[in-house]
Amino acid sequence: MDFFIQLLVNGISIGFLYGLSAMGFVMIYKASSVLNFAHGELLAIGAFLFLALVTWAELPVAAAFILTLAGTFVFGFIVERLFLRPLIGEPLIEIIMLTVGLAAMFKGALLLIWGGNLYTYPDLLPEFLAWNWGVVQVPPVYVSAIFMGIVFLLLFGLFFKYSSQGIYMRSVADNQPAALSLGVHVRRVFALSWAIAALVAGISGIILGLINGINVHELSSIGLKVFPVVILGGLDSISGAIIGGIIIGLLETMTGGYLSPSLRDVIPYIALVAILLVRPYGLFGLVEIERV
Amino acid sequence: MLRRFRFHPCGNYRDHYEKELTIFETDFGRLWMTIGLSVLFGLVPFLLGSYPLYIINMIGIAAIAALGLNILVGYTGLISLGHGAFFGVGAYAAAILATEWNFPILLALPAAGLITALVGIIFGLPSVRLKGLYLTIATLAGQFIIEYILLHWEGLTKGTMGIILPEAGIFGLSITGDRGYFFLIYLCLVLMTWLAVNLVRTKFGRAFIAIRDNDRAAEGMGIPVFRYKLLSFGISSFYAGLAGALFAYYMISITTEPFNLMLSVEYIAMIIIGGLGSITGTIFGAIFITGLNEALRWFTDWLINVGGITGVELTVAPLREFAFGLAIVLFILFEPKGLAELWRIIRSSFRLWPFSY
Repeated sequence: MDFFIQLLVNGISIGFLYGLSAMGFVMIYKASSVLNFAHGELLAIGAFLFLALVTWAELPVAAAFILTLAGTFVFGFIVERLFLRPLIGEPLIEIIMLTVGLAAMFKGALLLIWGGNLYTYPDLLPEFLAWNWGVVQVPPVYVSAIFMGIVFLLLFGLFFKYSSQGIYMRSVADNQPAALSLGVHVRRVFALSWAIAALVAGISGIILGLINGINVHELSSIGLKVFPVVILGGLDSISGAIIGGIIIGLLETMTGGYLSPSLRDVIPYIALVAILLVRPYGLFGLVEIERV
Repeated sequence: MLRRFRFHPCGNYRDHYEKELTIFETDFGRLWMTIGLSVLFGLVPFLLGSYPLYIINMIGIAAIAALGLNILVGYTGLISLGHGAFFGVGAYAAAILATEWNFPILLALPAAGLITALVGIIFGLPSVRLKGLYLTIATLAGQFIIEYILLHWEGLTKGTMGIILPEAGIFGLSITGDRGYFFLIYLCLVLMTWLAVNLVRTKFGRAFIAIRDNDRAAEGMGIPVFRYKLLSFGISSFYAGLAGALFAYYMISITTEPFNLMLSVEYIAMIIIGGLGSITGTIFGAIFITGLNEALRWFTDWLINVGGITGVELTVAPLREFAFGLAIVLFILFEPKGLAELWRIIRSSFRLWPFSY
């Protein structure tokens, strides 16, 4: 029973992280209906930027954190400006292939700089964040993951519902020409969505790095695990991303704990195929499946 | 009896649909193809050494697999990220058929293709019926699931041990060495190219193109979209499987290692660089990527020999990944129609040479 509860807690915390990573992905999808295959690399870039600032530049943690956020935000902006903007109006298939190319490019560049080694951050998080309820022990990293997940869920929810930029984003995602003709600045919307997505990815990258250590392969494979999460939660639903993340996280830890550790990494994809079969728009997605 | 040569007319005088569909507009095309094929089969295998022939064989295998992917992506407008895994399914299918059931190679190659097509259809079924990019996501899942099965179903695939294939033979003639496989691989490539060229100008090819351009209109014109999408995916997997089977026989022993996501990205790079929706472009893409692979290997070897950077862990894999990604990105941004378009421009500027009008 203790084992089960421990797995449950781990699953939920990892799930929050998956959900947090998936949020940036959903952000881009909501604004431009682009599936971003380079999301894992955005996670890794955030994590490595933070690593460089903390260990090489030896900045204090808070300064490094804020600089990383700024850096990833600018990075998202630059990526959009250099690679995505020239393709506005081109067929979607080309943009998605471009993100596949970007993923390979970023991953190769990160591997060239840092190699495939495992790096770890120094201990950053204060001990008082840890939760201890008898048998259940939640390390501070997981607590901060859950905390960040909830904060960003609220922030994004409010952003899309009430802020004008959020509403512009939804309108662009819904119908780009119509939004354009109503005076929405489509290019700014794209740029902003990539910048925010990169920023959120950076934060999740740092937290993932705190848990497992930072490794390019590991982080980029988590970027692909976003797909089962968002398909389960619904491609265009922010809260769906969190709940999908929790379900996938639980599925993973339970499989790893009870069935076989090697199946752990594949079970999300098996779930993905099963979801496509029965409920392709996910749990909370807009039911807009066209069978053409 | 020699026919009269046909030259380019100085206008568009096509008055039948058949004329629009001809492959060779003038007899020069046929002439060049005959010359090209006789050089390919008559001179290349006998003049070149073992290492260049090895590269040429790898190009041939890659071209077959990439042709399949281009039928799916370039003609039908669906993206597959699992082509590398399907290639692996073909390789393992051929290896298992050859070792466990003693299939001769002539039977094992198409059988491996069919098995791969079947596996592809299993993964395609739930997603192909949906509009949008669900197939891309499903094939991504397929990539990981297939990799897992190949590695962990040890009763069938021997897991990390890999499988060693028996020597192949056709009609008592044993196929060995780079030269023997050159003929096998390139006969397959010529056959599969011929099939692909003719597929895209039949009813099926036109249906694929209609689906790519506008699936709702295609549905409205009475094309059963689901069936054709699934067919296209099946054909594409068949090509991957056949190429994988050739690869398995050529490599003699196979393990699960090469059939990863990176291989799928490599195939995508091939068709983007070659040109989406172009058969010649696919072959250019295969040449380009395989050549780039070898060039990068040479480059890293050279860097290590030069020294000076000892201590830095420099392996070819990340550099390859970076170069492929960069190539994909640059071609999409600057020449989305790929090398095939460059080739067309070069050709058409020489067509009326030396009198440009």
